Amino acid sequence: MLDDFLLRALIGGIGVALIAGPFGAFVVWRRLAYFGDTLAHSALLGVALGFLLHINLTLGVIVVCQLLAFLLFVGQRQRLLANDTLLGIFSHGALSLGLVSLAFMPDVRIDLMAYLFGDILAIGKSDLLWIYLGGGAALVSLLWLWRPLLAITIHEDLARVEGVAVQRVNGLFLALIALTVAVMMKVVGLLLVTSLLIIPAATARRFSSGPEIMALMASVFGCLSVAGGLGASYQWDTPTGPSIVVAACTVFLLSILIPAGRFRKP
Amino acid sequence: MTDISTLLAAREINLIMGNNRLLENVSFAIEEEEIVTIIGPNGAGKTTLLRVVLELLRPTSGSIYHRPGMSIGYMPQRLQLDATFPLSVKRFLSFADKGLKTGALGDALEQTGAIHVFDSAMQHLSGGELQRVLLARALLRKPHLLVLDEPVQGVDVHGQVELYQLIGRIRSEQGCGVLMVSHDLHLVMAATDRVLCLNRHICCSGTPAMVTSDPEYQKLYGHLALYQHDQNHHLHNKSCSHAR
Repeated sequence: MLDDFLLRALIGGIGVALIAGPFGAFVVWRRLAYFGDTLAHSALLGVALGFLLHINLTLGVIVVCQLLAFLLFVGQRQRLLANDTLLGIFSHGALSLGLVSLAFMPDVRIDLMAYLFGDILAIGKSDLLWIYLGGGAALVSLLWLWRPLLAITIHEDLARVEGVAVQRVNGLFLALIALTVAVMMKVVGLLLVTSLLIIPAATARRFSSGPEIMALMASVFGCLSVAGGLGASYQWDTPTGPSIVVAACTVFLLSILIPAGRFRKP
Repeated sequence: MTDISTLLAAREINLIMGNNRLLENVSFAIEEEEIVTIIGPNGAGKTTLLRVVLELLRPTSGSIYHRPGMSIGYMPQRLQLDATFPLSVKRFLSFADKGLKTGALGDALEQTGAIHVFDSAMQHLSGGELQRVLLARALLRKPHLLVLDEPVQGVDVHGQVELYQLIGRIRSEQGCGVLMVSHDLHLVMAATDRVLCLNRHICCSGTPAMVTSDPEYQKLYGHLALYQHDQNHHLHNKSCSHAR
């Protein structure tokens, strides 16, 4: 049954949307959108590394994302540059370095568009494994860190005084985000990854009275977007990754039309 | 040098960041059931000093003593919750400690006089309500020491008097020490046992009456200090008339 490419795409996309929900909520609460972008932009460098070392390309992307997350974590603690400046340097630096290193490998022919905007219709069984095992592990770890992470999101110093190991939890969280971003890459591509984190979470905000509900609703809206985008792409032969993002935006716009008073809104 | 009644002590704290000397030879201690207020102008290092004594910031030199087993209730200066973060007051309070029952959360909020916002969203609180919620969270730690960073910030004058009275009441009911920071001069003086006047170093310290008549303090605050002195005088002798 998994031979059907459309079904594989749907299973992979749903898996990514489920993982993206709770992570996306934290990205929105903690204003990490630019951070996610920066990690995603390093993906090409990971692909180049994969070819160079003859390892699995997804593994290459994960390794580079983790390295970059670590560098950013250390860089932010130095406080020499404003956060967004630091991210800007790493973001565009990583993307350009990736493109340049691939140019140095004349034997390597890759479909650049597939990496930039995703290639969900080409998802294979090994990709599904990455999504469900790698992404699943990230999600389980996030649940394990849930309470301390929320405490840090509310107020870092307060959490520290109350006994939360802030540095450790933050470091682990960034590593998990890096893993998630790397796994999501296949579906919407490195330029659109953060959209699948942010848009469903932003949609969920209006219908949520607590953080857990918002995380769950973000997953639900993410799944709707993936299904809608895949359907539209099949129907009108449009590029799939962007179609999913357009679907997510449509869900967001529709949600605004629903009167907010119908839901409790703490 | 510290006896058993000392909750917290700072010894010769120096903090240098880059080329800036933020704290210079700061030493003080706080005893059980004592209210100590750190006052000083903006940029005097008040919040920095609090962060050092809470061990959130490592000083360049000097040491911090916490009485073993002492629990601290901390009230930060401001809370910057993103508007997208759905959080009720009840849920916010539950983060104070593991396994807190709803009843205990309500009791703490009752004690600070803000039980009416129990189910509200954190982002919808007024300045005074937010301070009371933050204070309730600090109380849930069953603190031996309350550390309050500008506890009356964003509160009108009437509310400020009430909050200082509340802090005084909590001190006598719970028997905890209180270390707070304030840049307000007028109201805090009546609510504190001891004042540390900070301007990177400790200019002067002692009872409110001692500090306000100290030349160092008057130099720091100029005519404001004299005004304050009158006010203080006024608080002690309600019947006297002023010729300013």
